[in-house]
This record gives sequence, C-alpha cells and structure tokens, in this order.
Amino acid sequence: MIEVKDVTKIFKTKDGELTAVDHVSLSVQKGEIFGIIGYSGAGKSTLIRLLNGLEKPTSGSVTVNGLEISSIKGKELRKARQKISMIFQHFNLLWSRTVAENIAFPLEIAGVPKAQRDKKVQELIELVGLGGRADAYPSQLSGGQKQRVGIARALANNPEVLLCDEATSALDPETTDSILSLLQDINQRLGLTIVLITHEMHVIRKICHRVAVMQAGRIVEQGDVLEVFRNPQADITKNFVMQVSDSRESKEAIEHILKNYPTGKLVKLIFVGNTSDQPVISYLIKEFQIDVNILYGNISETANGPYGTLIVQLDGDKEKVEKALEKLQTMNIKTEVISND
Amino acid sequence: MIETLFPNVKWDLMWQATYDTVYMTVVSTAVTFVLGLLIGILLFLTSPHQLWANKVVHFLTGSLVNIFRSIPFIILIILLIPFTKFLLGTIRGVNAALPALIIGSAPFYARLVLIAFREVDKGVIEAARSMGANTFQIIWKVLIPESKPALISGITVTAVALVGYTAMAGIIGAGGLGNLAFLEGFQRSREDVTLMSTIFILVIVFIIQWIGDTITAKTDKR
Repeated sequence: MIEVKDVTKIFKTKDGELTAVDHVSLSVQKGEIFGIIGYSGAGKSTLIRLLNGLEKPTSGSVTVNGLEISSIKGKELRKARQKISMIFQHFNLLWSRTVAENIAFPLEIAGVPKAQRDKKVQELIELVGLGGRADAYPSQLSGGQKQRVGIARALANNPEVLLCDEATSALDPETTDSILSLLQDINQRLGLTIVLITHEMHVIRKICHRVAVMQAGRIVEQGDVLEVFRNPQADITKNFVMQVSDSRESKEAIEHILKNYPTGKLVKLIFVGNTSDQPVISYLIKEFQIDVNILYGNISETANGPYGTLIVQLDGDKEKVEKALEKLQTMNIKTEVISND
Repeated sequence: MIETLFPNVKWDLMWQATYDTVYMTVVSTAVTFVLGLLIGILLFLTSPHQLWANKVVHFLTGSLVNIFRSIPFIILIILLIPFTKFLLGTIRGVNAALPALIIGSAPFYARLVLIAFREVDKGVIEAARSMGANTFQIIWKVLIPESKPALISGITVTAVALVGYTAMAGIIGAGGLGNLAFLEGFQRSREDVTLMSTIFILVIVFIIQWIGDTITAKTDKR
C-alpha cells in the first residue's frame, strides 16, 4: 500500500543543512495500522508529510496506492491527496464553520454535489458519535469531540490511507483511549490503512500492528509490535517499552523485593501472545516440585494479543530450579534472572 | 431652537453635502475593499514560505503599497490631478474625488488584509492542502472566512479614515461636508455651519463604527 524507498529529506536553514529524514525505507501493508514512534525532533512529522506530498523528498521515492507521490504535482497530486487523509494534533478545524460544515469541507473541495454532501456528512456524524452536534462550532466542543470532527472530515472522501499526526497527543488519557478505539474500529470496519506517528508507546501498544522506531531521522528498529515489545533491540526502543510495561513503580518494586526475598532465584518472566494464557506457575510447581512465589505481575493488551511480565521467586532444590528455567525457555517465555542467591 | 443656534445652516445644502460624503465614502470603501483584498492576497501568497513565495513580486508589491501609504493624502490628491483629469475629464465633483480616495486607501487596507491573513492558523491551511485544495479554494474557503472578523474590522477602520479623506477632498472641490464646512463655514466666517458639518461627520463615523463592530461580533465564532 505504502512504499518508502531510501528517502532522505534535507532542509536548508540559516544555520546550514538539517537532515530530517535520513535514508528511510519502510513498507505498510493494506489494512494495517502502522505506528512510527520517536521523540520530538526525530523526523517523524516530516516523514508522515512525505506520504501525502506536503513535503517532497530530497532523494528516494514514496509510493502510495500505486501512485508515486514524490514525483507527481499539481492537479494529479491534489487528486491523490483526496484518498490520503490526515488528522492533526491540534485538530486544525475551521473555527468559522460548524461541525457539519467542517466535515463537508473536503467534499466541497472534491466538487461533490450539495445533496450528496449532506447525506455523507450525516452518515459521518453518526459514525464518529457526534449525533446532535452538527450545528455546533468547534469552540463549543471538547478536545475529544474536535478530534472526532477531524476524523469524520478525514473520512469524507472515502480515503485509502489515514495519516495521524500525533492525533492524541493533545488529549487526556481517557479521551486518548476513546479516540484510539474509534481509529481501531474504523480500521476494522472500513479496511482503512492507518499510519500514525506518536511519542507515546501506549498508543503503539493499544492499536498498532507494526511499529517503526525513529531516532535522529533514521529508523533504528521496526517490526511486529509484540515482537518489539518482547525483544527490543535499540536502547531507545527499550526506553519506549519501559514506558508501558516497566514503570518506575515496578523498578522500585524490584528493589524492594530483592531486599525482602534474599533466598531462591528472582526471575522476570515475559509472556507474549498466547503464552500468557498458559497455566505456567502451577505447571512449574507440579512438574519440578519447587516453590513459586509471585511477587509482581503486570499484563497489557496490544492489538496483536496480550503482553505480560511476572516476577517470581523460585525456591527449592537448585538443580530443579535450573531445570525449571530451561523448561521455561522452551515454552517460548522470555526469562531474565534478576538475582542469584 | 436649532434655528437660533445655527442661523446660517441651509438644510438643503446640508443634506446634499451629507449625501455627497456618504456617496464618496460608500463607493470608495467598496472599491477599496475589493482592490485592497486582491493586493493583500498577492502580498500574502508571495511572502516567504507561502504558496506563491516570490521575493521579487513580494518586494515590488510591498514597496508600491508603502509608497502610496506614506504620501499624505492632501498631496496625493494634487499629484493625481492629471490622472483624474485623464480618467474622468474633470477634477471637480464627487466622482473626481474617487480615484484619489481609492488609491490612497487601498494600499492601507491591503496591509490590514495581510495582517489578517497572517493570523490564520497555519495548521488549517496545511489541513486544506492535505485534502487536495487548490490555491483558489484555500483563498476562498480558508483564508477569507477564517480571517473575516479582522477583514471587517479592517474595512471599518478604513471607511472611517475615508470619511476624513472625503473632507480633505472636499476642500479642493469634491463636494461633501468637508467642502461645505470649508467654503460655507470657514471662508464666510459662519462657525455654526462648520460646527453642524462636523456634527454630521461625527454621526456618519459613529454609524460606520457601529455597523462594523456589530458585523465583526456576529461573524466571530471563536
């Protein structure tokens, strides 16, 4: 659906050249939710703007839905943009238009007749859950409602791709979740391909199928979301994963545990996907006759399945403990020994 | 009562002069609005990082605007006498004042238009571009509607200034309340005529300001 090949974008500034995107290649499949995560200044905003031609690459090519966005211009590019919608961090609604008029805006641009426009607007207002607010002005809406208008507006011309530019970064956590659910729902119902950029791992965890991690204009890691969570490679990715799984609290908890449970082996188990459904603990106890003491647990849901961590104390015969650990490896559970007695 | 306070005021002349002033103000404001808007759009679109970013055009338009904005109006009228004569065949009467009024105020309004457009959220323009809007659609559907309150309060300020300009134009023979105050009032030492003309001008200005403020408040949905 989207093919980015060896793209570099250099901005000329007063202080010299700035490489915002540095030899990036990635491909996004049809119907997938693809996340790009990075801290501010990593180049993700520029990257997403290359996908609808708001920025032109200095070198490399961008192809969306069979059209080479990086080389078309004028009318052809404007036509292509109608099928590549975008939503924004600050919503970018027209304050001078009502909710219904804002949603009708892209239809007016596309030259859709009035009667058809009104019908489509009505449908979209219902789809995003804004029934009854058609005649409100943006200034009368909450942040979440504004983003719903943004999403409805983005869907007006039945796009193939939806680009989300930090779409939830200006929203509170609860509203973020409701907007993410809406995006997921749209993705499933309409088969829409979604590319989103964010600096919150929570967003990636909640709805993305695949993720690319960006740092200083480069993609340092990309892959299936669960795989990246289970086995982050780059340091920056580890930091992002920590945002959602190992909060500061769990670090403190581990220190506390180490102090209070000096015997046995403290092991962190990382479960991904269906392994988190297995009755691992009771299996260990029965099979190896060791004591398993659960000290800390955490599970979070991702779009591809659950992801969990468990810190346990394994106590008993040393040999049996070793065997139990070996067994865990074969069960596709990542283990990490925190302390040896 | 009024007759004793203003013994020399001839009401038919007063109303004729009022009509002339209103006529000159309305026509020149209308033309200034269109012309200033066009020049403002050109200035905005050719400024750096905008859709038609062009240093040469921006500089030339900007310079022209600044030159005409800087010339004192009374001098501009005199400088434009040959132009007016060429255009209308005469330099007397209300229509003869129009070229100078428009050329004097359109650059001023163009600056106000530029300021109004600069206040439009860049994100909204980007959103329109991301939807495939062309330049005309961005001007017509984004820039103008999103800056409407500023455009209207700008034209109100310009119209009020134009009332003042018509009075100056009146002194060199364009008619209107300024002309009346000068010829009938000042030159014949009839202070009551000058005073009454002033009162009429003030009323016109207040009405313009009130209309402008009302429409501005009504269009602002922020």
